[in-house]
Amino acid sequence: MSFLKIQDIHHTYFSNQTAATALADISLDIEKGEFVSFLGPSGCGKTTLLSIIAGLFPPTSGKILLENKPLKANSDLSIGYMLQQDYLFPWKTIEENILLGLKLIKKDEGLERIKTLKLLSDVGLGDTGKLYPRELSGGMRQRAALARTLAVDPKILLLDEPFSALDYQTKLKLEDLVFETLKSFGKTAVLVTHDIGEAIAMSDRIFLFSANPGSVHKTFMVPDELRELTPFHARNHPQYPMLFQTIWKELESLEY
Amino acid sequence: MNIEQLHNQYKTSLKKENRLIRFYQILIFIVFFSSWELLSRKELIDPLIFSSPTKVWHLFIQKLGDGTLLSHSGVTLFETVLGFIIGTLLGTILASLLWWSPRLSKILDPYLVILNAMPKVALGPIIIVAFGPGFPSIISMGAIISIIITTIVVYTAFREVDPNYLKVLQTFGATRTQAFREAILPASFPTIISTLKVNVGLSWVGVIVGEFLVSAKGLGYLIIYGFQVFNFTLVMLALMIIAVFATIMYQLVELLERKLIKD
Ligand SMILES: Nc1ncnc2c1ncn2[C@@H]1O[C@H](COP(=O)(O)OP(=O)(O)O)[C@@H](O)[C@H]1O
Ligand SMILES: [Mg+2]
Repeated sequence: MSFLKIQDIHHTYFSNQTAATALADISLDIEKGEFVSFLGPSGCGKTTLLSIIAGLFPPTSGKILLENKPLKANSDLSIGYMLQQDYLFPWKTIEENILLGLKLIKKDEGLERIKTLKLLSDVGLGDTGKLYPRELSGGMRQRAALARTLAVDPKILLLDEPFSALDYQTKLKLEDLVFETLKSFGKTAVLVTHDIGEAIAMSDRIFLFSANPGSVHKTFMVPDELRELTPFHARNHPQYPMLFQTIWKELESLEY
Repeated sequence: MNIEQLHNQYKTSLKKENRLIRFYQILIFIVFFSSWELLSRKELIDPLIFSSPTKVWHLFIQKLGDGTLLSHSGVTLFETVLGFIIGTLLGTILASLLWWSPRLSKILDPYLVILNAMPKVALGPIIIVAFGPGFPSIISMGAIISIIITTIVVYTAFREVDPNYLKVLQTFGATRTQAFREAILPASFPTIISTLKVNVGLSWVGVIVGEFLVSAKGLGYLIIYGFQVFNFTLVMLALMIIAVFATIMYQLVELLERKLIKD
């Protein structure tokens, strides 16, 4: 039985004048501990699918099962979501930001608190707890956002282009950090990206999406040699450009 | 290069500029009051109508001595502060209700527009009939004048909070109450504070007009009374005191702003 099962998801956005189908006929399974990517040009419904998995809104039709049970608006916090930008609350200190999820379920005291602050040092922000987000660089803020997401110990992490707003060097470093952190906690993760290289470097499996309506066009397995490497080293492996070329051609063919 | 020297030069030029500005500010003050005094003494302006700074000052000392000034100012200040707080609070609460229920906000939208366009002081006589000619009416005047505009401005701020903050909270399974407390309210603090500044002025208008109408106590009463017995020195004195208190209140709000808003 798969860890996360996505069954026949269709989604249409309705407005007064239009009914825009963003997703059609999406079915896929993700295994426990797996790192998968949704790759595709912007507007092909990746964020929509991620939001549906996170329970932010229900799909027009279809089902999502986590460990064989339907998700009820993420009420047990089994899903962690990381957005494109950090969206740390500027009026809270880093520490308060990280503890936000636990505060909402009134577990931000005692052991949980200590564990969470430890998480802060895991992402290399050990001594920034008392600072405000504006005092941190973009990369540090995104790391704090990662710690905030991990603090409630979700079973699966959804990452919606979390590196796209960063400069290249920061992005490469953060890819490694996220990769290693998630591996060390044994988390299952879904990464949304429009960057082929990032998808190859980070994931075990890549779902290539096509647009209008958004659907899974093709699935690529990342070779074992690359999967074992950190994203930075994977980018320098001889297998990397080969897979890149294959996916590139496939993407080209989508554009007619 | 001598950075330190340049920095010092820069600092001195800043100080110089500030001193110059302060100088002109004081100059305007002195010119205003001394020409008022002079014109009044030479009877270039009618001293009966425009009084003069010395007369106002003497009256001030006299009224301070017999305690009447203190009691009248106290009454007005009390009414204004209360009207200001009630108006801001009710306006913010109303805005929260509108945020809570988008449907309610759509239903009430045209009524808010009408109430906002309406000159609130025109309601004065009705308020006085309803609450009686005393404190409650005047405080209501001070409050009612700022409620609707506070509601509209604060509600707009609530709605303009970046939806991504709400998304973050939603992914943590936050309830609507939690979303309000953690994101909507703190993100709107700067707007709420800026409406406070506007409301200080509005409450003074409401209260003074209320006192005009009730005509029993307070600085507004002194103005109306002074006008009726043709004692314009009294009118001027009341105006001066209002100016001082209103400024102090505004400064306090600014202090609060600096305390509350860290970034
Ligand atoms: N709230 C919405 N209302 C209407 N249409 C939307 C909404 N959100 C997204 N869409 C449309 O759905 C399609 C997929 O969007 P999205 O999921 O954001 O794609 P991606 O994340 O891959 O860029 C786009 O055509 C977009 O215009
Ligand atoms: Mg997107």
